[in-house]
Amino acid sequence: MKILIAGGGKVGSSLIKELSAENHEITLIERRASTIERLCQMYDIMGIEGNCATMRVLRDADTENADLLIAVTDADEINLLCCVAAKQINPDIHTIVRIRNTEYADQVAELQEAFGLSLTVNPELSAAREIERLIRYPGFLKREPFAGGRVELVELRLDENSVLNGVQLKNISSVINTRVLVCAVLRGGKATLPKGDFVLKADDRIFVTAPAAQLTILLRSLGIITHKVRRVILAGGGRISFYLAQMLLKGGLTVNIIDNNPARCDILARDLPGAEISLGDAAFPAVLDREGVADCDAFITLTGLDELNVIISLYAMNQGVPIVITKQSHTDAVREILDKLKLGSVISPKELCSDIIVRYVRAMRDTDGDTAVAVQTVADGRVEACEFILGPAAMHQKTPLKDIKFRPNVLIAAVTHKGTTTIANGLTEFETGDSVVVISSGDRVVSRFNDIFA
Amino acid sequence: MNYKSIGRFIAQILAVEALFLLPALVLSLVYKEPAATRAYLMTLAIVLVLAGLLYLATRGAKANIYEKEGLVCVGLSWILMSITGSLPFFLSKEIPSLVDAVFETASGFTTTGSSILTNIEALDKSLLYWRSFTHWLGGMGVLVFLLAIIPGSEGHSGFTLHLLRAESPGPSVGKLVPQMRKTARILYLIYIAITALDILFLLFGGMPVFDAFCIAFGTAGTGGFAVTNAGLGGYSPYIQVVTTVFMLLFGVNFSLYYLLLRKDFKSVRKDQELRFYLLTVLGAAVIFIISIFPMYREAGKTAGDVVRDSFFQVGAIITTTGFATADFNLWPTIAKAVIIFLTIIGASAGSTGGGMKCARALLTGKTLSRNVRCMMKPNRVIPVRMNGRVVSEDVLRNLHTYLIAYALIHIVSFFIVCLDGFDLTTSFTAVLTCSNNVGPGLGMVGPTGNFSQFSILSKLVLIFDMLAGRLEIFPMLVLLSPDTWSRK
Repeated sequence: MKILIAGGGKVGSSLIKELSAENHEITLIERRASTIERLCQMYDIMGIEGNCATMRVLRDADTENADLLIAVTDADEINLLCCVAAKQINPDIHTIVRIRNTEYADQVAELQEAFGLSLTVNPELSAAREIERLIRYPGFLKREPFAGGRVELVELRLDENSVLNGVQLKNISSVINTRVLVCAVLRGGKATLPKGDFVLKADDRIFVTAPAAQLTILLRSLGIITHKVRRVILAGGGRISFYLAQMLLKGGLTVNIIDNNPARCDILARDLPGAEISLGDAAFPAVLDREGVADCDAFITLTGLDELNVIISLYAMNQGVPIVITKQSHTDAVREILDKLKLGSVISPKELCSDIIVRYVRAMRDTDGDTAVAVQTVADGRVEACEFILGPAAMHQKTPLKDIKFRPNVLIAAVTHKGTTTIANGLTEFETGDSVVVISSGDRVVSRFNDIFA
Repeated sequence: MNYKSIGRFIAQILAVEALFLLPALVLSLVYKEPAATRAYLMTLAIVLVLAGLLYLATRGAKANIYEKEGLVCVGLSWILMSITGSLPFFLSKEIPSLVDAVFETASGFTTTGSSILTNIEALDKSLLYWRSFTHWLGGMGVLVFLLAIIPGSEGHSGFTLHLLRAESPGPSVGKLVPQMRKTARILYLIYIAITALDILFLLFGGMPVFDAFCIAFGTAGTGGFAVTNAGLGGYSPYIQVVTTVFMLLFGVNFSLYYLLLRKDFKSVRKDQELRFYLLTVLGAAVIFIISIFPMYREAGKTAGDVVRDSFFQVGAIITTTGFATADFNLWPTIAKAVIIFLTIIGASAGSTGGGMKCARALLTGKTLSRNVRCMMKPNRVIPVRMNGRVVSEDVLRNLHTYLIAYALIHIVSFFIVCLDGFDLTTSFTAVLTCSNNVGPGLGMVGPTGNFSQFSILSKLVLIFDMLAGRLEIFPMLVLLSPDTWSRK
């Protein structure tokens, strides 16, 4: 597909990385020549220098023949103008726009209607939603819903005294009392799709698929205390904090936001009447102590500095906070290092945002019902989970899984048949109309269902 | 430096070269030339073993090629191609000296067309074919061909841009479409299509099939190897006219053909480099016509001959093809001066031609005029524009570096070639014609002469000049720089 990406910032480059790997023809429109040069050297794309909201630049970028425009510059207004201009040149073009200004947040639906946008994304809002879900189910490092929320893929870290340590995977259901499937294990930076004789160890990060309804049973039998979260401290008062505080306040939690900018504190105090806003620099332990880090239930670092977030989170963990969530903007290179620090959950707004867009792009390509409708990268991008709605073209229908030969590094995790979800075992079958979650690791992207067979 | 991935690329290039040797092998069987057949088989064996060993030795190479690796990759692969490509000539003993064989092959791949052969017709047919085919292959570039066929490697395929930039001529090289593989394919498809058209036109004019293919290869790559001692002068006026037209077509920036395919006629019509190129052709032709007219009238030739020969010579020199239908050694001095001028200017950027390139000449003139105006009014901000767009100062700085390197290479080479003790015109134009990939020069290396009389040292210097000219100097200079090889 021919895709135009306006803006080569964090989300833009993350999208280029994902989409160019899937063999799309990508043209980047960007103001800064140095950014274009850097990205063109890293990826097989073309760059056009200039303002993406001008018709001349859009024509240069061959908008006439493009299928999709993704406007992710740092200004919402330019993104919108860019889409309007592009629609003038090519009325059939799909448009995805990032709208992140909190003041526009409640009118996104109207904007989408008025400008004919295919999709709007808000990285900060998605990040806030993700954090909120994590707070509600503490113990999971990450949660990904599939099949309309009926299946979940969750990430757990096995600590020193986990009951799962030393357990062979084939015996796991006797320990947990429920049917789950461990579909990937991340050990020492390496992802594996484990077999039945795989033995779990402390410090493994495991990815488990389970029906959503059984998540609580899973948590309880693992002995992970699901104590009720009442008080949350947010370090940094940016856009994510704003959205997150809104959601948490609605749920009746106590929210405490620390920010070092007096003007920002004033705005937050004005717009978030229920929250406690404190002026202070979260980099100083004294400030955190004064806010009572030691006895809060969840601590979330959302300052604009990745390094600072890591350090504050480490401090909070040291103080015994049960849930610590860290925001990271540049995660590509340091994921492995962060993993060694046992930081708990790490949230990357740009990755969440580009995941949403990539999912849309994959759905656009879906013409014969054979391509993935939802794709999640887990284990720091080393493992992919794809959901397929099977069309009649799918091979090996109505055959027990144990009789099918699969490609290495691929496994079927769950099959949802007419609203009932089964966690896959050797006897599971699938047929047309079913939703199937497939886990794959390795370099090759599984973009079509029939790719998974040997 | 990432030696492994450089080795991997060179292995692939050698494999491609082996692939292109196959048709020549078949021809040697068809024409029953056992010496050539044996030479081809031995060459294939050597090239494939070399490629195989390199491939095995570079397992697990990471695909991170940056500017430096790109330049080294291109420089080394062209040198290796020239050496391995010369083996058929050397092993069949048709060209007994290895240096001569490498000179002939380098001259082929770099599309120069300078020859050390005194009697072309004595060469085996299959070797003549291979000699001409090196032109076609070198014209668009083997790396570009490789980029067109290798699958886009996962994730980080942007590095191929460094290869394209290092191998393709012009001050600022970019892609036509977002994906490198498609860009390379489009370029080759255009190349193949125009070559095929040329062959058809030549066949229509009654040219023997073998000659038509070889001459078309020489025209397409803007090389200039002929297959007969008489050169292009021995063919009918129709064939000369067809060749003139096609030489000029291959001297045009290929991205303009892509714009034509996309029906963007306005951009093509307004392209400043194209206008400069066509005006230079026209101007030079007029000077030729006026200056040689009295001479031709005395010899009893018609006005048609004058016009045809003038345009043919302009086309042959400016596109750096180097075919000849007249001995311009005998032309008036002003015409010879124009020939030297055209040699330096060369074809358009992004074409298969050599020389300094019209775009650079144009940009140099524009920068000069801008800088002179800035001298008079120092606080004036004046950008340099090309086709209405501002040319970045980076591009201009690269241009200036290129011009300095271009001048230095000529000066140093000139001194070394002068050691052979030939006259100034011969020594000077020999260097000039090699480093601009034209083919013939003036004096002893004129259209009727050849390069066999030079010493081995001079030939090696000229081989270096040809490669430097084809690769726009920097890949070759990078190979000579100690910084490239030191680990510091």
